[in-house]
Amino acid sequence: MPSKRTNKSWRFVTRSSPLPGFRLSFTFTLIYLTVIVLIPLAAILLHAARQGFIGFLHTVTAPRVLASYRVTLGSAVVAASLSAVFGMLLAWVLARYDFPGKRVVDALVDLPFALPTAVAGISLTALYTEKGWIGRYLEPHGIHVAFTPVGIVMAMSFVGFPFVVRSVQPVLEDLDPAMEEAAASLGANVWQRFTRVIAPVAFPALLTGTALAFARAAGEYGSVIFIAGNMPMKTEITTLLIVTKLEEYDYSGAAAIAGAMLALSFSIMLLVNLLQWWGQRREGNRT
Amino acid sequence: MRGHRPVSSSSLLHPSLAQQVGRVTLILLALLFLFGFLILPVAAVFTQALSEGWKMYRDSICQADVLSALRLTGLVAGIAVPLNLAFGLAASWAITRFEFHGKSLLITMIDIPLSVSPVVAGMMYVEVFGLHGWLGPWLSEHNLHVIFAVPGIVLATVFVTFPFVARELIPFMQAQGSDEEVAAVVLGACGWNVFWRVTLPNIKWALLYGTILAASRSIGEFGAVSVVSGHIRGKTTTLPLQVEMLYNEYNFTAAFAAASLLTLAAVVTLGIKKVLEVTTGLRRGNAEEEAES
Repeated sequence: MPSKRTNKSWRFVTRSSPLPGFRLSFTFTLIYLTVIVLIPLAAILLHAARQGFIGFLHTVTAPRVLASYRVTLGSAVVAASLSAVFGMLLAWVLARYDFPGKRVVDALVDLPFALPTAVAGISLTALYTEKGWIGRYLEPHGIHVAFTPVGIVMAMSFVGFPFVVRSVQPVLEDLDPAMEEAAASLGANVWQRFTRVIAPVAFPALLTGTALAFARAAGEYGSVIFIAGNMPMKTEITTLLIVTKLEEYDYSGAAAIAGAMLALSFSIMLLVNLLQWWGQRREGNRT
Repeated sequence: MRGHRPVSSSSLLHPSLAQQVGRVTLILLALLFLFGFLILPVAAVFTQALSEGWKMYRDSICQADVLSALRLTGLVAGIAVPLNLAFGLAASWAITRFEFHGKSLLITMIDIPLSVSPVVAGMMYVEVFGLHGWLGPWLSEHNLHVIFAVPGIVLATVFVTFPFVARELIPFMQAQGSDEEVAAVVLGACGWNVFWRVTLPNIKWALLYGTILAASRSIGEFGAVSVVSGHIRGKTTTLPLQVEMLYNEYNFTAAFAAASLLTLAAVVTLGIKKVLEVTTGLRRGNAEEEAES
């Protein structure tokens, strides 16, 4: 078989296979990945690095930029926490209970993934302004959502909570009820069953989902800019600042901030991989 | 699993009144959350779009700018999705059918676009193809436009939808194993025959699922496309960008009318996804079971 021979000539192939097409599929994958992802990524990182460490630091710690981190990361932390609470609730209800319309609910959870962010942004804004369906009941009580950090949190929670549901739900579904049953028969009450049996299993997944929700919230643009008000120093998020710098032709400034954001994204990606590895190891230990 | 499993424990089989109340409370809370957080925004889009009647709605959608935005969105998705489909097939074939060093690194790199902010994604291409970028001077010398033109929009869309098909196929083909393909090769089938007759029929639903996710995202992408588009009316505005432009011009009814088309697409996507999940057993974590049926 000729394919076997070609595979062997590629030193990094650890086990030869009778199947053809490795060279073609692998080469295409690598070229495509390099052209679409790696080269553009390198371009932005190199541009950020070209400014030198001092220049980079100067750009990414300017007062307006620091204020945008505070707004973005602060809102993202609150939004991720809210996503964790409501995502856990939904995952629990979907995994454990049967009720009419459950399939529709299950499908609806993915709506924030499917709905374009610009649409989410303008419809959330329409709901929370003083004339909106929700805003008209909040504004008289002095609760302002649209054009305040609260609005940013709402938009970020909207795009973030499905990550928690989709991370936790399969773990809860796979959890053998026999475990809970055993705990119950040994006299554990509902609270004990939750904290001692369910929480330890669901915890890594919950953390993974929350980290993903946070990452999405921190990098979010479309759904936030409409509801945020975009006041520099107050409600201006970091991604919008990048766009503003680009529009002012300040490419170096934009590249530096983008480099800082990429560092954050990759840290979270690393964290999520570690969490998943931890979760799998725990699962492995249990069985 | 779904619903109640038959369990023997009296406490789980015959839940106490307190447990029943807790159950109903949690379900109601979840439904209330979904209503306020998901249903209301969708309802708001359609109400705003129709606030000045059907005729106005139709006129808003039939504007030349909106129609050309619709065409561009279709064109971009029509290029980006097949490209990523080809990539997804190639990547999952290489990754699931062969053993090589650096495989997990490759899988991790495929996930990169999921963790990069859309704005940063769009900006990467400005850095490469923009006037101040690496290839910018050469491109402008040859009168080629990538940034603030359709190719840039396609590239940005390809980037944000890059992992969808591959991520769907890799775990699926991994679980399926390569026995059938090996058997076909041993019996003398050539590579393309193996692919068309054995692999493709086995993975078709997972492939369709990933393609739908990619298509949905490519229709709705906003941030990445916004950075590279330049917002040239009628030329480089996709439908989500058109929504933004109309909204910023305080033309709310028209903005929501255009947004209602995107919302409709999103709802249809969710419907198809759910039907695929229910009828084919996808996403229930049992690829082998599905492969046999």
